[in-house]
Amino acid sequence: MLSYILKRIFSAIPVLLGVTLIVYFIISLIPGDPATAILGSFATPENVKILNSQLGLDKPIWQRYFIWLYNILQGDFGRSFSLNRPVIDEILERFNATIILSGTSFVICSILGILFGILSAAYQYSFIDKLITFIVLVGISIPSFFLGMMLILYFAVSVRWFPVSGMYSLYGGGGLWDLINHLVMPSITLSLVALGVIARLVRSSMLEVLRLDYIKTARAKGVKETRVILSHALRSAIITILPILGLQAGFVLSGSVYIEIVFQWPGIGRMLVDAILTRDIMLVQGGVLFIALCYVLFNILVDILQLWLDPRLLRK
Amino acid sequence: MINFISKLGRNKLALFGAIVILLIVILSIITPVLNLVNPNEVNTANRFIKPFNETHWLGTDHLGRDVLSRLLWGTQLSLVVGFLAALFAAVIGSLLGIIAGSLGGRLDNIIMRTIDVLMSFPYVLLALAIVAVLGPSLMNALIAVAIVNIPFFARNVRGVTITLTNSDFINASRLSGRSQTEILFFEIFPNVTPVIVVSFSTTVGWMILETAGLSFLGLGSQPPQSDLGSMLGDGRSSLIIHPHTSLIPGIMIFIIVMGINLLGDGIRDALDPRLNQGSLTRSKPMTDVARVKIPTKRSNALLEVNSLETKFKLNKNEFKAIENITFQIDKGECLAIVGESGSGKSVTALSIASLISSPPGMISNGSVWYKDEELLGLTYNKMRQLRGKKISYIFQDPLTSLHPLKTIGHQLIETIRTHGNLRTKDASRISVGLLEEVRISNPNLVMGSFPHQISGGMRQRIIIAMALSNNPDLIIADEPTTALDVTVQAQILKILENLRKERGLSVLFISHDLNVVSQISKKIIVMYAGEIVEYGDTDKILNKPLHPYTKALLNCSPDLNSKKLLISPIPGNPPLITEQIIGCKFAKRCSKKTSSCLEKIILIKKINDRQLRCINPV
Repeated sequence: MLSYILKRIFSAIPVLLGVTLIVYFIISLIPGDPATAILGSFATPENVKILNSQLGLDKPIWQRYFIWLYNILQGDFGRSFSLNRPVIDEILERFNATIILSGTSFVICSILGILFGILSAAYQYSFIDKLITFIVLVGISIPSFFLGMMLILYFAVSVRWFPVSGMYSLYGGGGLWDLINHLVMPSITLSLVALGVIARLVRSSMLEVLRLDYIKTARAKGVKETRVILSHALRSAIITILPILGLQAGFVLSGSVYIEIVFQWPGIGRMLVDAILTRDIMLVQGGVLFIALCYVLFNILVDILQLWLDPRLLRK
Repeated sequence: MINFISKLGRNKLALFGAIVILLIVILSIITPVLNLVNPNEVNTANRFIKPFNETHWLGTDHLGRDVLSRLLWGTQLSLVVGFLAALFAAVIGSLLGIIAGSLGGRLDNIIMRTIDVLMSFPYVLLALAIVAVLGPSLMNALIAVAIVNIPFFARNVRGVTITLTNSDFINASRLSGRSQTEILFFEIFPNVTPVIVVSFSTTVGWMILETAGLSFLGLGSQPPQSDLGSMLGDGRSSLIIHPHTSLIPGIMIFIIVMGINLLGDGIRDALDPRLNQGSLTRSKPMTDVARVKIPTKRSNALLEVNSLETKFKLNKNEFKAIENITFQIDKGECLAIVGESGSGKSVTALSIASLISSPPGMISNGSVWYKDEELLGLTYNKMRQLRGKKISYIFQDPLTSLHPLKTIGHQLIETIRTHGNLRTKDASRISVGLLEEVRISNPNLVMGSFPHQISGGMRQRIIIAMALSNNPDLIIADEPTTALDVTVQAQILKILENLRKERGLSVLFISHDLNVVSQISKKIIVMYAGEIVEYGDTDKILNKPLHPYTKALLNCSPDLNSKKLLISPIPGNPPLITEQIIGCKFAKRCSKKTSSCLEKIILIKKINDRQLRCINPV
């Protein structure tokens, strides 16, 4: 068990390195000379050269990559020129907001997606199945940012159940209840797409499992049908569902960029879009890298969970 | 191709999607000749005119531009950009996939590792990073979305290519002297195309959403050019007071993407039905019963099956799998059913406790009496209480009939607790006892094991223990020894036989092996093509078979004791379930056939010591 987990963690190292390589590669494609950009176009060639060597830019590219990587490992993601502060400080400050939003949405879409999928499979071709299929279709077809805007229009402006935007109220806010109140609409919007994908998959894998021999055995034993579905079939279906849940975490993190913009949520996604518009490359690089690393780590956790759920993986 | 289109046309949702998309495409093709107002003509005096205005049907936006004109031009742009991005991703991704899959080796390794890494980014972040480098513009958004989707195509296509390159027909083609390039173009490419088309049609909607999304963020189309995404982005600032500027483009994106998704699902189902697992039908917990009358009970037997008939529905046609099955089992008796595969033995066994999958199965006639209860008329709850308690089953393959992810102990305890209010601890104690009874030497260890950790013979003994766990009256054993090797088979038979004697169990034993049957049962039913052809005492039937089929069956089973080593197989094949035969179903393969065999229905008749369905007995 432990050796499997260690093996899984080690096997992630090339992927993690690959992620850093790609981010570094993409960013190094940017035309122009950073030293000139920093010093301005009136800088003397001598000053540019001095700054270049200070920044280590006169070294060959692979050497620069390792210096960069070394700095990243130290937690040094560079400095944002538009905010004039270290990138990592800005990221950590906003990370909370992103995790609260994405995490809540991920939990919602996993639970509801699995529930919808089970209902859909258990009551195949019934009204509830058709209703869920319809919700799934809407979920994967509607632009999340549009849905978010419509929710604001109705629930925040017309009936005033929830606040329009932000994470906390400007005056007198800050408590947990305030946060939840602000979280409802963005997290529902964000979870809808992934919910559709998960529900679809749960439905099809449940139907697949329900045809297997051991389901017939369970029925022949006299096990109640609810238990056949919730214990026997779901137990097997969850094994195919789990890796997809890992992938959906990526969809949720991706979608959070739009949702953070629509609901003015102070997270990393919004920071990234602002950074791109102000061409603050260090900030973009740091943000993308940070989220990608979190996502890879999350998928390692999913794999370990998978191991715990499927003892057959340990055979050999 | 015609087949594909007719399949697509029959799918109503896909047809609806296709019509919607067709209308939108036509609309964007004729947009240039519609004589619309210039979409970029600013007239701040007329800002935010509400829709349904005489000059501006859909109103104007924050700069006084005509929303209808902007919507149509924006739709055109969004469609083109999304489609191009998908095309770009499909071409490059598929090429990479084919190269990686067909060449293999180091190149494959490099490509796939790169793709793994690309896929470990949440996709929008990668697109954002690419746009950050290239700078915000519609073209760059297109490139970013396309690149992000390349891995998806490459992966799918590579998978199929690898299966193809290792397939027999490609090997044959290689042996016939075709070059690698020829194989690639004439064999692999045509076979990969459906996969590419399916991947394309299921992702193009997604890519339209993505490019619109980047434009919405201000990273795609730049003013004055504008697609649906940037219209929505512009509308956002005046969302609360003038919602129509956001509503209209938003609904348009939604309609386009929904249409494409419906059509895409339809294309997938028509091209590759295997991918559509959602079309699998869930079997109900109990078989459907649709019969006109219920035959009454005629004997005192423990189990009495009367004129049982089970049908299967395939593509709107109904086929009888078994018909006119009538037999009885007394308390403590063992009855065997033998016959070739497909003769309806298992269908008979499963019909007794309504375990035939419905749909497609359906019991269409007859009755099953257990003591004084008619089983086919029971409610689900009553039937469930009988299953595993009074009537229990042993299935053929012990590996697939145990739940692979639950321990043996868990599965045994569950069986016991389903039918009694026992505490887990007590059920566990009973389970250990049962394992000992089926001669498992280390029951405590086995209780904590998973099915994959123990041998086939052990698994079948566990299934037997499970069947015994609630002290049933009747065990239905459906080929319990077929999946096992001969020595294990003998052990299992011995265990079953002893248990039957010790506990006074009745057993319905299904097998295709006459040797096995002669060891265990006193009475025997021979089935052929869903009918009973001969039914009587085992030793009488085996010593002097009267039905030509029984005789033929005996001739093809080796008997090691009598030194008869010559096996004579039965010529021909059993009739297909779809074949309609009047008269004797075996006639086609029978050596004693006369013309009258096929003239009218042949009934089963009592002849001396047995029942027989034959007019020309041996």
